[in-house]
Amino acid sequence: MTVAQLLNNLDVKLLSGKNDLNKKITGFYIGDMLSWVMAKAEEGQAWITIQTNLNVVAVSVMTDISCIIIADNAEVPPDTLIKAEEEGIPILQTSLSAYQIAIKCAGVDAHG
Amino acid sequence: MIAIQRSYAVEKNDFTKAGEVSSNIKKIMKQVGVEPEIIRRVSVAAYESEMNIIIHSYGGTIDFMITPEYIKLVACDRGPGIENIELAMKKGYSTAPQNVREMGFGAGMGLPNIKRCSDEFIIESEYKSHTKLVLVFKQSM
Ligand SMILES: Nc1ncnc2c1ncn2[C@@H]1O[C@H](COP(=O)(O)OP(=O)(O)OP(=O)(O)O)[C@@H](O)[C@H]1O
Ligand SMILES: [Mg+2]
Repeated sequence: MTVAQLLNNLDVKLLSGKNDLNKKITGFYIGDMLSWVMAKAEEGQAWITIQTNLNVVAVSVMTDISCIIIADNAEVPPDTLIKAEEEGIPILQTSLSAYQIAIKCAGVDAHG
Repeated sequence: MIAIQRSYAVEKNDFTKAGEVSSNIKKIMKQVGVEPEIIRRVSVAAYESEMNIIIHSYGGTIDFMITPEYIKLVACDRGPGIENIELAMKKGYSTAPQNVREMGFGAGMGLPNIKRCSDEFIIESEYKSHTKLVLVFKQSM
């Protein structure tokens, strides 16, 4: 699945990284503690979180995360979006909870 | 591969620049064609070291070196030092203040991550003086 396909299949809003939607998503990781994400998230995974501060972009770059999915419509500050655009990290935002996102993503994953 | 050396200053509490040093180091490694698996380990260790200087210290430096045989990171700060290194190395131990925890730091996983990612790990700290990390990553050529 690519970020673009996820975008088409999930009720999400794209906030940044519109030029990087062809990235492949290899799986998903859910977490809000940055060091846990650094330890556990794998290359190419989409990261589901409610963290939105500037540091999420650096963590995504360091761990080669394909995109960030912001749960519960957590507000994303402008400096995060600017940085994400610069670094080519798509940020998707939705009113769904992390749990609901995970269920929907599993459905999309199974269907190609 | 030619040898490259860089030295960066890291300031206390400078969250607007947080991750810039590590991003820079990562870009250099990509440019010179370091193996992706090594890039990832060095990047994670660099970022955790950079954030620890920003969050827990009065400020310091990160030195970075690439040679054909190894990559070396030295993170050194001007204090306050770590009182009990053994405790600081434990997964889950953190003295991060509330405002920093709200940003997602403070899991107490940074130093364990750094150790896991590096091939050689030396931590040296003198309470009320400084903390120094020396990290070596072997390159299989
Ligand atoms: N450079 C440093 N100077 C002084 N104290 C430090 C330094 N680095 C780490 N420490 C101490 O060691 C503790 C553990 O560090 P570690 O990086 O493992 O976790 P953390 O920074 O608290 O949280 P996390 O890295 O998971 O966000 C810190 O909370 C702090 O008390
Ligand atoms: Mg830390």
